[in-house]
Amino acid sequence: MTASLIELADIRKTYNENTAVAEEVLHGINITVREGEFACLIGPSGSGKSTLLNLIGLLERPSAGSYLLKGRAIQEAGDDERTRARLETLGFVFQFHHLLPAFSALENVMLPGLMRDGAFTRQQRANAQQLLAAVGLADARDKPPNQLSGGMQQRVAIARALALAPALVLADEPTGNLDTHSADEVFALMRHFNQTKGTAFLLVTHDPRLAARCDRVIELRDGSIVSDAASAAPA
Amino acid sequence: MRFEWIVALRFLREGGMQTLMIVAGTTIGIAVIVFITAFLGDLQRDLIKRTLGVQAHIVIRPAEEVARPLRDPPAAAAALPQVQARAQRLRSVDQWQSLLQALEATPGVRAISPIAAGPGIVTRGDSNKTVTIMGIVPAPYIAVTRFNEKIVAGDMRLDPGDVLIGTDLAKDLGVGPGDKLRLSTPTSPGDAYQVRGIYDLGIRNLNRAYVYVGLAPAQALHALPGGVSSIELAVEDLFGAENLARRLRRTIPHEVESWMQANPQLLAALSNQTVMTLLIRFFLALVVAIGVSSVLVVAVVQKTKEIGILRAMGASRGRILRVFLLQGALIGASGAVLGCLCGYTLTAVMSNILRSSDGTRLFTARLEPELYLYTLLAAAALGLIAAVMPARRAARLDPAQAIRI
Repeated sequence: MTASLIELADIRKTYNENTAVAEEVLHGINITVREGEFACLIGPSGSGKSTLLNLIGLLERPSAGSYLLKGRAIQEAGDDERTRARLETLGFVFQFHHLLPAFSALENVMLPGLMRDGAFTRQQRANAQQLLAAVGLADARDKPPNQLSGGMQQRVAIARALALAPALVLADEPTGNLDTHSADEVFALMRHFNQTKGTAFLLVTHDPRLAARCDRVIELRDGSIVSDAASAAPA
Repeated sequence: MRFEWIVALRFLREGGMQTLMIVAGTTIGIAVIVFITAFLGDLQRDLIKRTLGVQAHIVIRPAEEVARPLRDPPAAAAALPQVQARAQRLRSVDQWQSLLQALEATPGVRAISPIAAGPGIVTRGDSNKTVTIMGIVPAPYIAVTRFNEKIVAGDMRLDPGDVLIGTDLAKDLGVGPGDKLRLSTPTSPGDAYQVRGIYDLGIRNLNRAYVYVGLAPAQALHALPGGVSSIELAVEDLFGAENLARRLRRTIPHEVESWMQANPQLLAALSNQTVMTLLIRFFLALVVAIGVSSVLVVAVVQKTKEIGILRAMGASRGRILRVFLLQGALIGASGAVLGCLCGYTLTAVMSNILRSSDGTRLFTARLEPELYLYTLLAAAALGLIAAVMPARRAARLDPAQAIRI
């Protein structure tokens, strides 16, 4: 058994707390994600998937419950400490690519390194070139994001999420905007990095085809986990 | 800090037209501020020079004589004495030779000129004119008043028996350089003098009112043997004249008058001008600041998603704050560099166009390094302050919400 990366115990999230329109969207979630896991979160719209992913990604704070990131209680930490944990431990891939248009593809991949080191370095450049080559975009490195196709942008985003070799990559519908072919490519890339680098992935998806190819499927409905099991199909 | 620089510069470059427009606006604002500052400084110096004419910056005269009734104070209060003010006679500044030495050692004093002045009459044929006869030593007097620049005919020399007169007096009397006049005073029957030079102060009454002779002849004419009626000073710092005068008043027992006291209406006009331009500059700076602020507010809204991504990737609130503060400072500083260039050009061009009634330049453009350095620093600070509100807004964005947009 490998060490647990994140442990959520009885996590609850209420929006508009202490008001008349208070609404609890997560009702006591318990999840443990271990190092190197490849898991996905499925469920209908409004079931709380994105909220849960934002909580795990330290972009929101739970209303109740405990969250251990690498064994450390993180939900009470200050904003700067949570920001640092995001930089060092987590990678993000969003549905709408979200590359910075003011930077080239290569520079986008170098941004996390720039944040960590405070400057662009030769080592970041080499690392970013390697990652771009690994996602098959070695030739596109000097292009601005708006000259890349959706699938290419998402591959750059994956390279960026992996720039600082995070323990866990959180992906919110990473293939939601892509055609089937590009979606397969992007998914295969994530699987590839999961296997070669041992990076854990937690993805939110609507696509049952992709969910079936994950090691573990967590199903959420109306803010509660209704099933959490190893995938039936082999990876 | 380099992360902030890189991101701020990229954001500004990405802003394109928006960035160009606000830098252009800042440039114009700063250029006008620089122009007004340079223009006003020169204009005031010039105005003072013209208005004061040959007045010195500080004049030292014997203290006025006061009549004191010899009574006991209580009795005086009860009897309400009527005391007639004393008529002031022409007296010499006491111990003026040693005072001259003390003044030479005083910091801030640029030049010192002893004067023996008093009332007199100029006579040529049947024509008599009342004038003030000024006894001067040419070299120090020129140092104090630049009188040599006013000579329009003949030359600025005062050997014994020479006199300098104004253009209008020369016309009234029908004399020119080389002609003879007679100078007399209430205390002296006078003597014949030769016109050595003719001056023009630009003001007719003054050109009629003063005639200049050497110090020794004047002392004889005014019955002030070896004495002087006043000492005139030029100072290094024109607007510090009153402060220097105040310091002198504490150490010497004479009346000390600065040009500010002698010309209160000029000083009031100047200070009103200064206040007006201060107001104009303040509001220009305010407009520039509001412009920078509003452009950055829009930029924060436009870049909400990018800010969210940067925050999610691990950029702290402080870093986002500094990225936007830096953008404000960079807009301010680049606007200031361009504005200083334009402002200087404007000053140089306007000094060619604006001319006073006699066709000379109203002011001369001068390159003052401090003005431009301070403007640069102040503009960068202004941009920084203008950026505070938008930068805080950017730093406070909730990353989860920002990404969802």
